[in-house]
Amino acid sequence: MNSRLSSIIRKEFIQIFRDKRTLALILVIPVMQLFLLGYAATNDVRNVPLAVFDQSNSPQSRALLDSYRAADYFQIAYVTGSEAELQSLIERGQAAAALIIPPDYANRLADGDAQVAFILDGSDPSVASTALSAAQLIGQNHATGILASRIARSGQGLKLQPPVQVLTTVWYNPDLVSAHFMIPGVIGMILFAITAILTATAVVRERERGTIEQLIVTPIRSGELVIGKILPYTLLALFDTVVVLFAGHWWFGVPIRSSLALILGISALFLLSGLGIGLFASTIANTQQEAMLTVWMTLLPSIFLSGFFFPLQAMPDVLQWISYAIPLRYYLSIIRVLLLKGVGLESILPDVIALTLFGLAIMTAAALRFRKRLD
Amino acid sequence: MSIEALHLRKTFGHLAAVDDLSLTIPPGEIYGLVGADGAGKTTTMRLLCGALKADSGETRVCGFDVARQTEKAREQIGYLSQRFSLYEDLTVLENIRFFAEVRGLKPDEWYPRSMEILEFVGLADFKDRFAGQLSGGMKQKLGLASALVTRPKVLLLDEPTTGVDPVTRQDFWQLIIRLVSQPRLPNPELSNIESRVSVLISTPYMDEAARCHRVGFMRQGQLVAEGTPGELRSLLDGQILELRGSPLTEIRHLAADVEGVENVQAFGDRLHLRVMQGQAGAVGQSLPERIQAAGGTLVSLRPLPPTLEDVFIMLSAEGR
Repeated sequence: MNSRLSSIIRKEFIQIFRDKRTLALILVIPVMQLFLLGYAATNDVRNVPLAVFDQSNSPQSRALLDSYRAADYFQIAYVTGSEAELQSLIERGQAAAALIIPPDYANRLADGDAQVAFILDGSDPSVASTALSAAQLIGQNHATGILASRIARSGQGLKLQPPVQVLTTVWYNPDLVSAHFMIPGVIGMILFAITAILTATAVVRERERGTIEQLIVTPIRSGELVIGKILPYTLLALFDTVVVLFAGHWWFGVPIRSSLALILGISALFLLSGLGIGLFASTIANTQQEAMLTVWMTLLPSIFLSGFFFPLQAMPDVLQWISYAIPLRYYLSIIRVLLLKGVGLESILPDVIALTLFGLAIMTAAALRFRKRLD
Repeated sequence: MSIEALHLRKTFGHLAAVDDLSLTIPPGEIYGLVGADGAGKTTTMRLLCGALKADSGETRVCGFDVARQTEKAREQIGYLSQRFSLYEDLTVLENIRFFAEVRGLKPDEWYPRSMEILEFVGLADFKDRFAGQLSGGMKQKLGLASALVTRPKVLLLDEPTTGVDPVTRQDFWQLIIRLVSQPRLPNPELSNIESRVSVLISTPYMDEAARCHRVGFMRQGQLVAEGTPGELRSLLDGQILELRGSPLTEIRHLAADVEGVENVQAFGDRLHLRVMQGQAGAVGQSLPERIQAAGGTLVSLRPLPPTLEDVFIMLSAEGR
């Protein structure tokens, strides 16, 4: 390494370690975000508060309630005496679901045509849809159980056996834990945000404080300045990757099924895009605030259109097309596959190629704009 | 020649910041660039070191074309920009080291060289202090030190003493004069005239301009006058009169109306009159009569040797 490059890198490191804010951004924020998103960004619906209006109040109705109680989807939070009371509980948001058992439940059950009403608060669709299928499933299981015991009691020696059974197995994430899906996303988001923001502000800071003018008149070449500026942040971002990866592994039990070398290699490749966008922002912005804003403008669509929170398959076609222009999309699909499935490079090659092309394109565009001059 | 600039031109939008400027500075010369704010001094400096690209014209520094052999040319240049622009979160020594290394000093060279230069500017005792905690004058010295650390042949100093107290200004000038008079800092085999440092310094202070070997006056992006301080002063020989009398305010208005008087400036309890070439005698006759007629008292009216300040004001006024 030539001495100009190494002295820029050393200078940058000294400045990073002296600046408490930058240090916090690098060391504290990623771990904080991991825990925040690891816990908060979950679609797992558990313990939906359920209000019950049991007008039958019979052993049969209590058996039905027991079935709901047994599954941890619902928690019987209120037992009410009227429909009005039940309605007001849902209106006030204290209950998200309600079960109404009519007075003639036990009698009609004996006739084989009992009905119960299940009401869901649809204002949060993702909770409601999970709760809906859970409610139906629990009800059907209960009904099948009653049927089975009846047939058994009739003593005809028949066994209840549905003609088709679907035997489901979930691969890679058998318990369907959201964290296993979210945490790889967090890694991608942190890598992208940190490199883009830090690169942009590090370059703009030189301009804002006027130090760029001294740098310009030194024999440093533009390329050396760019590399010297971004290499420290690349190394720190990779360090963050490892920290978040292992914290996610030990705390949230996210599997790491591919080789660490491959994961870091791909992450470094992905960093090209983040660094490129940061560098590009630095050529547009004059102040650190402007640089931050510019980066945020690319960060938000990246997060929403990369499949980080919302599945891409569910988006309208137009948004799906746009998502192909978002580097984070490719990285997320790669890192999730690598961590959860443990496959080799060959299965992720198309995404890797896309990521490489993007990284190179953005970097080239930024480097072309980045001139070592004042005007 | 240390600096050779020919027909430099630089426009921002449709404002010509530098307009057909040519400048030649030989080794060992201190050249002062003066002019009102916005006259184009800083832009000129930036063009000379290649921080800005000229629209047209040519600049050579120690023979290297700034546009084509930019990095070669810059190796010869030490530049101190107007706004203090070193790293405030690095120490004095770290700053010097950074600039020494990026400008090509080897790992075993930078330390003795940095200490030597810190010694030279008097900052050796402060080497571990953060640059942000230095006083204004010390910052400028640190800037000078980092510009000097690679022994450049050309120093470009953009208003290095603006906002600095008189004692520090004095120190600063002593450093510059020592720098130019000794054949580049200790390096005996290069002690011939060609190896001497030349300095281009811009300043708003006329007492500093008077210390330069040559002074160039800029107005609206052009170099409108150039010469030794003596040559520039002689532009106004016999045209400056000093007047004492009372009441001064009335006399001032009176004097301004007298034929042949171009400019009247108040200096405390006296006035400086600039009169047209060859009109000093006529003014010396008519003005006392007028003052008397108006009921004022004239204490004295005598010719003064012109100062650079007078020249500055005259040249600035010409443009309006």
